Amino acid sequence: MDTKFQWRHKHLIGLAELSRQEIEFILDTAKGFEEFSTRSVKKAPALRGKVIVNMFFEDSTRTRNSFTLAANRLNADVIEFTKTSSSVNKGETLIDTAKNLEAMGVDIVVIRHSAGGAPKLLSRSINACVVNAGDGYHEHPTQALLDAYTIRKIKGSLDGLTIGIVGDIAHSRVARSNIYAMTKLGAKVILVGPPTLMPAGISQLGVQVSHNLDEVLEELDVINMLRIQFERLGGNMFPSVREYSHFFGLTVDRMKRARKDILVMHPGPINRGVEIESEVADGPNSVILQQVSNGLAVRMAVLFLVNQGTAITS
Amino acid sequence: MTTRILIKNGRLIDPVNKVDQVTDVLIEGDRVAQLGSIGTCDAHIINAAGKIVSPGLIDLHVHFRQPGDEEEETIASGSAAAVAGGFTSVVCMPNTSPAVDEATAVEFVHRMGRQARKTYIYVMGAITKDRKGKELAEIGLMSQAGAIGFTDDGCGVQDAGTMLRAMKYVSMFDRVISQHCQDDTLAGRGVMNSGFCATKLGLPGIDPLAEEMMLWRDVQLVRKCRCRYHAQHVSTAGSIKIIREAKEMGLPVSCEVAPHHLLLTDEMVCNYDTNYKVNPPLRTKADIEILQQAIKDGVIDALATDHAPHLMSEKELEFLAAPFGIASLECALPLYIKALIEPGIIDWPQMLAMLTYRPAHVLNVEKGRLGVGDRADVTVIDPTAEWTIDTAKFASKSRNCPYHGWTVKGKVTTTIVAGEIRYSAV
Repeated sequence: MDTKFQWRHKHLIGLAELSRQEIEFILDTAKGFEEFSTRSVKKAPALRGKVIVNMFFEDSTRTRNSFTLAANRLNADVIEFTKTSSSVNKGETLIDTAKNLEAMGVDIVVIRHSAGGAPKLLSRSINACVVNAGDGYHEHPTQALLDAYTIRKIKGSLDGLTIGIVGDIAHSRVARSNIYAMTKLGAKVILVGPPTLMPAGISQLGVQVSHNLDEVLEELDVINMLRIQFERLGGNMFPSVREYSHFFGLTVDRMKRARKDILVMHPGPINRGVEIESEVADGPNSVILQQVSNGLAVRMAVLFLVNQGTAITS
Repeated sequence: MTTRILIKNGRLIDPVNKVDQVTDVLIEGDRVAQLGSIGTCDAHIINAAGKIVSPGLIDLHVHFRQPGDEEEETIASGSAAAVAGGFTSVVCMPNTSPAVDEATAVEFVHRMGRQARKTYIYVMGAITKDRKGKELAEIGLMSQAGAIGFTDDGCGVQDAGTMLRAMKYVSMFDRVISQHCQDDTLAGRGVMNSGFCATKLGLPGIDPLAEEMMLWRDVQLVRKCRCRYHAQHVSTAGSIKIIREAKEMGLPVSCEVAPHHLLLTDEMVCNYDTNYKVNPPLRTKADIEILQQAIKDGVIDALATDHAPHLMSEKELEFLAAPFGIASLECALPLYIKALIEPGIIDWPQMLAMLTYRPAHVLNVEKGRLGVGDRADVTVIDPTAEWTIDTAKFASKSRNCPYHGWTVKGKVTTTIVAGEIRYSAV
């Protein structure tokens, strides 16, 4: 690790604008924080006196609680904000909400929003650090970082690996952030899904596109399954759960044809029996729960670094 | 004693009369009285040496938000913006609140326009009641009240059967029917052009097919009923192909292009800046090239701004939530110069044709010409003046303009409507 490298970003909006070196720096920093979890005193005073608000306009289990725990471990104070119990219901705009919270002395805003670009808009409108916890279909940088971290921890490096991402790529911010992280770290990425769920021009990001999972399955070192949101797509882009599972689901049968050491990943929440069979999700190749564990260290690293980034840029 | 204005030594460009020469123009009352070398006379003198003297510019497509959204723009503020931009006539769209879908609303807009006493206001009535696309509005009564044409702009008429009936009905009153071509089933919830940029930004896209499909459908309907049809704000290469074919078939089809579709691309949305959120959306460089070629070939009839004012508070939202629209009436002319004259795509007479007699022809009105006896609508332009667009100085109430800060060439110095000076640059 280059000790002279300094983190210079006050915000983490996406991975598209980060270099390989910067991404590796976050992962290395996360490694340092991972060792914390093994200590009896799991806290570090790095963000003592800092206030972090979790501004979640969409539901979340993993991401939200992971950020809360990460903030607590760094001794920061955390404010929880949920859309449903806020003045957004009274028509308050995003910027007004954020400015009001900032007026209470918030240092870092962690935001999840259904509109792509919301974190970017915030970063232009308030002085606090902005960390993107998922915006529309745009990016979910900490998810991709913990995915990369998980792969790196087990396989040593992503260089030369072939990674498949399967599912609704068009509406997936996880897919986009994964593409940036993994291609920058030297992996080959293959996107798999029906044409109706593949976004325009995606191959221009340097990825392969396939509509046939069985054709590419055997060359994959890692397979990342995305959840199909039938409540949103309902029959328009794909006829049924049954048909989807048959053609794109990760079944026990398919696992027999995959590499013995393939890593099975999923950002969660999983729809058992839809994109992934239960036995596979709970099986020996699955690292789904490890992803969640690693998420804590990665988010500690991100909060730590953006806070440092403020000090340098101000 | 009638007022007189003498415009001296300007380069008179009157495209329909094929005039392009330095000459004097004498206006008496509301008419052009004399052209040629005119000696001293008792008149208000405008020194137009080094300037271009054009028939008053006509914009076929503006939104003046009154009635209903007067905080964004009123007919008065919009008219002031129009004359500052050199426009002596504009056509107001009916997507107000309530919509202009019956005669009293038409009369209201005309009256507000007269009271403002700036630009000449035309208004298009809605094709369907409340622009809902289902039942025909009172097209006949609106025509009698002076509506110059009909459109559901803001939306396209989704139902082919309804559109065919509308075309037949409108043609009974010899008016033009105008369409905002957008098949909603193809546009979906899109907020920008569908393509790589939308994919990178994680924003839902509007497929070019949404525009092209409705345009193609409408051309087939025009083949059947031969009514006068005008395609608003065409933005894609595919649309141009359809327009070319329609004209080759001899159909009464016309079209307009907006400045943003000649100057901006979807790549400019990269920062989620909602000043670039517009419908039809900004397209690609390849589309711009096809539009430029079509302008060169004379396939495009008119340049029209689609001036769409919005408050900053409305635009300062997430990209998904912000309203569509760019306000550019006051800086339109230098934008057209930048898009078409500077790169040498067309010359001044060709460009002014698309801002004068050709849009007048779409509306079937006797304007856009400066022969003796014609109405004295005149725009005087300094073609070399360099200036920086500053939205803070706009007469328009709204500032949603991506061209703020642009250094441009070409400035309107005087705008005369019916023989009255309605705008004079300081």
